[in-house]
Amino acid sequence: MSNFTLASARDALKAKKISSKELTTAYIKAVEAARPLNAYITETPDKALEMAAASDARLAKGEGGALEGLPLAIKDLFCTKGVRTTAGSKILGNFIPPYESTVTANLWKAGAVMLGKTNLDEFAMGSSNETSASGPVFNPWRDGTKKLVPGGSSGGSASAVAGDLCLAATGTDTGGSIRQPAAITGIVGLKPTYGRCSRWGIVAFASSLDQAGPMTKTVRDAAILLGSMASIDPKDSTSTDLPVPDYEKALEGGIKGLRVGIPREYRMDGAPPEIAALWDKGAEWLKAQGAEIVEVSLPHTKYALPTYYIVAPAEASSNLARYDGVRFGHRAKDVKGITDLYEKSRAEGFGLEVQRRILIGTYVLSSGYYDAYYARAQKLRTLIARDFTEAYTQCDVLLTPATPGPAFGLGENSDDPVAMYLNDVFTVTVNLAGLPGLSVPAGLTAGGLPLGLQLIGKAFDEGTLLRAGLALETAANFTHKPANWWSAS
Amino acid sequence: MNAPGAKILKGETGDWEIVIGMEVHAQVLSKSKLFSGASTQFGAEPNAQVSFVDAGMPGMLPVINAKCVEQAVRTGLGLKAKINLRSLFDRKNYFYPDLPQGYQISQFKDPIVGEGEVVIDLPSGESRVVGIERLHLEQDAGKSIHDQHPDHSYVDLNRSGIALMEIVTKPHMRSSEEAAAFLRKLRAIVRYLGTCDGNMDEGSMRADVNVSVCRVGGYDKFRADGSFKHLGTRCEIKNVNSMRFIAMAVEYEARRQVEILEGGGTISQETRLFDARLNETRSMRSKEEAHDYRYFPDPDLLPLELDAAWVAEIEKSLPELPDEKKARLIQAGLSAYDASVLVAEKESADYYEAMVKAGAEPKSAANWLSNEYFGRLNKAGLTLADGPVTAAANAAIVMMVGEGVISGKIAKDVLDLVWAEGGDPRALVEARGLRQVTDTGAIDAAIEAVIAANPDKVEEVKAKPKLAAWFVGQVMKQTGGKANPAAVNAALKTRLNLPDEG
Repeated sequence: MSNFTLASARDALKAKKISSKELTTAYIKAVEAARPLNAYITETPDKALEMAAASDARLAKGEGGALEGLPLAIKDLFCTKGVRTTAGSKILGNFIPPYESTVTANLWKAGAVMLGKTNLDEFAMGSSNETSASGPVFNPWRDGTKKLVPGGSSGGSASAVAGDLCLAATGTDTGGSIRQPAAITGIVGLKPTYGRCSRWGIVAFASSLDQAGPMTKTVRDAAILLGSMASIDPKDSTSTDLPVPDYEKALEGGIKGLRVGIPREYRMDGAPPEIAALWDKGAEWLKAQGAEIVEVSLPHTKYALPTYYIVAPAEASSNLARYDGVRFGHRAKDVKGITDLYEKSRAEGFGLEVQRRILIGTYVLSSGYYDAYYARAQKLRTLIARDFTEAYTQCDVLLTPATPGPAFGLGENSDDPVAMYLNDVFTVTVNLAGLPGLSVPAGLTAGGLPLGLQLIGKAFDEGTLLRAGLALETAANFTHKPANWWSAS
Repeated sequence: MNAPGAKILKGETGDWEIVIGMEVHAQVLSKSKLFSGASTQFGAEPNAQVSFVDAGMPGMLPVINAKCVEQAVRTGLGLKAKINLRSLFDRKNYFYPDLPQGYQISQFKDPIVGEGEVVIDLPSGESRVVGIERLHLEQDAGKSIHDQHPDHSYVDLNRSGIALMEIVTKPHMRSSEEAAAFLRKLRAIVRYLGTCDGNMDEGSMRADVNVSVCRVGGYDKFRADGSFKHLGTRCEIKNVNSMRFIAMAVEYEARRQVEILEGGGTISQETRLFDARLNETRSMRSKEEAHDYRYFPDPDLLPLELDAAWVAEIEKSLPELPDEKKARLIQAGLSAYDASVLVAEKESADYYEAMVKAGAEPKSAANWLSNEYFGRLNKAGLTLADGPVTAAANAAIVMMVGEGVISGKIAKDVLDLVWAEGGDPRALVEARGLRQVTDTGAIDAAIEAVIAANPDKVEEVKAKPKLAAWFVGQVMKQTGGKANPAAVNAALKTRLNLPDEG
């Protein structure tokens, strides 16, 4: 089972070497056995078997979509009709959406099977999955016997893919929430161009940055999954009206002549030498396959993190205003009047990191501070995006580290939000510029923990990005697997 | 155009002028809401017209309703305003139970419509040009209901998300009458345009009125250099929902401010509420208590970009508006007064135009409506829409008078008959034998009968020609009022040998 990728399982199903029911049953068992990882918030085995049976019926008739019968895990930020959706927060209570997000609806239409909803940082705010109201997720990789975080916010999805608790998973990425956990759990994570996947039905964190994407075992799987997640959606005004290309086909052709940019500002003082070494190695791998390596400059990089931590909380403070205890979710008891209801419900329902970001966001939008913070951040955002536009006159993709380091221990960054925010240093620029970014597992640290490299593409050029990713993956030949320490048996 | 002077408020210490600006919320006429597909029909069961977007459910996204944008552009064009081809939607953040998203989507910095103007006609015959500052689109909130349960409040979200146009004027109105006249004119314009039904009872049009007072001359200085320092501190009076209340609220508020200023006090900028029952305004919240709405561009929506050609198409399709219609009616021979009365309401203008189209002579039709039909409607407490007589029927009556088929007196009877019984006036005149008698034979016979019965009067009339009127009355009586009075006069003169100037 653990040897299957999305692509190979698809082919096995088509060739009737295995049924969706068998595949799904095996994953349901793996999910149950892996509860110590806390990767799933909600398991939906009955629904999964029902969907698998329907898929088998279609496959038997020679029908079926691109993901027919393939068991997936869904980040618990996607609203799923009839299935509790928590966003990793207490404030949503037992919220059961009466609607299905566009991305998941696309997946079910393509025949995919839902195994359950994966854990995440509360409202996707975090880089370690420690802010979840459902408790932390553990990385299948350990440092000796020390337990590590899987990164965040899509930590549950990352652990589920890395621990073979699904064939692939969905994630969302606002500042690195797909790529950072993918990198430190040894899997592939793709944040598509802003607007490529519909945001409709995904619990919003920061609307101008949020983007759904695939978390998979291979680059090919990412291409396959993105092909079904992406769509033109009239229900999301910020989604693109460009047709969805055949991403799997775009993998073909190699990278001869591809110009790969190395942004000099990404060489950070005090970064572990392993990261820089891996980065250099990545450039060599691509060069060896015919790519041309060019040094480029993204001069406003150093402003990206502060810009991000103004823009994202500002939008979040407004997006999360609807969780007020009035219509759905958690409502405080014994309140005196409406203000008390708001204050108590929100104080009880939101965790501390979410409260911190709501406060930051409220502050930067306040009259008297707006120009100093929010307005300036917007200007910087424009400059950061322009850096990329200019860099892309000299190259086709950019190669950077994915994270400043490997997975870390629980609680190691929790009391220092700035240290935690630094995890996003290589990834937030991509969200601010609305570009696609791909994290590919590229090697292990001396301590045996996975590290990833990030490729950044031009807007809506996921095809080239994936093709470069495939070249990197082929050269890196990352076949390491974490030892299974979590199964009860 | 003659603009009236300032209306002076006499104070103990000297004269004061009133300065008024207005913010009008006009509900866009559209089938569905500004950012969702839910219905906008008035009067549905509570919460029957609420989509997931309107209820602020997690992950729901707004999508702009093109019809609402078109209506805003149409209104802007009707206000002779600049249409901004690029505008932005912003979030106005505040907590309230009837605001499910925790923010209202509005337009703050870059509205869809810029500066324009509205001309108001005053009873004195003078006109005032009121500058429009801007028009922007925004969502309405829901409704909190506090009187249905002792411990709980209820929320009805049917209104939540309905499109409103907020129309902001410059401080160009100078009296309570002008304020009321402005709102009446604005209401007429949007109703002509079909962009708002103007129904103030249902809350489709609501006005906030900004009132300040200044010493005589301050306003002219403001108009000269644009500096607000020449004007007094303004107070905003919220939700004044009828023309009459606007006039009352302005009068009260201006007096209140003058009294404070003359007592040596200062006006603090604040929001006040008009209480129609007590005829007074009361403080709602001061400037210090005002919300910090933390406006910022809504990241769920792209900038609204309009195609100039599309705007031009809308401009071409604009109907004739009150000012143009009035000018045309005056051209057609109506008095300025009659033209004003007719164009003030879209219904009356349409009704009048239908009569003219049916063949009625313009001036007669206008006179007939103002002298006869509108009076009857008023007396019966009916609106034109509810009135029992069609424009075609009224036109037929007016035309029959013009053709000499019936007299003006009979015409009133015919109107009463059609009012009470309905039916085609021409058929009615025939069936009831109300046709005016112009047949000289019949008139002569009636004259002979009157002479035969009153030989003494014949002698008298010869001495006193003025008595001829008595004969005319008798002949009219004899013919049941159907005789053509002019024909009777002529025949009598001949028969009785009366002088021409009798």
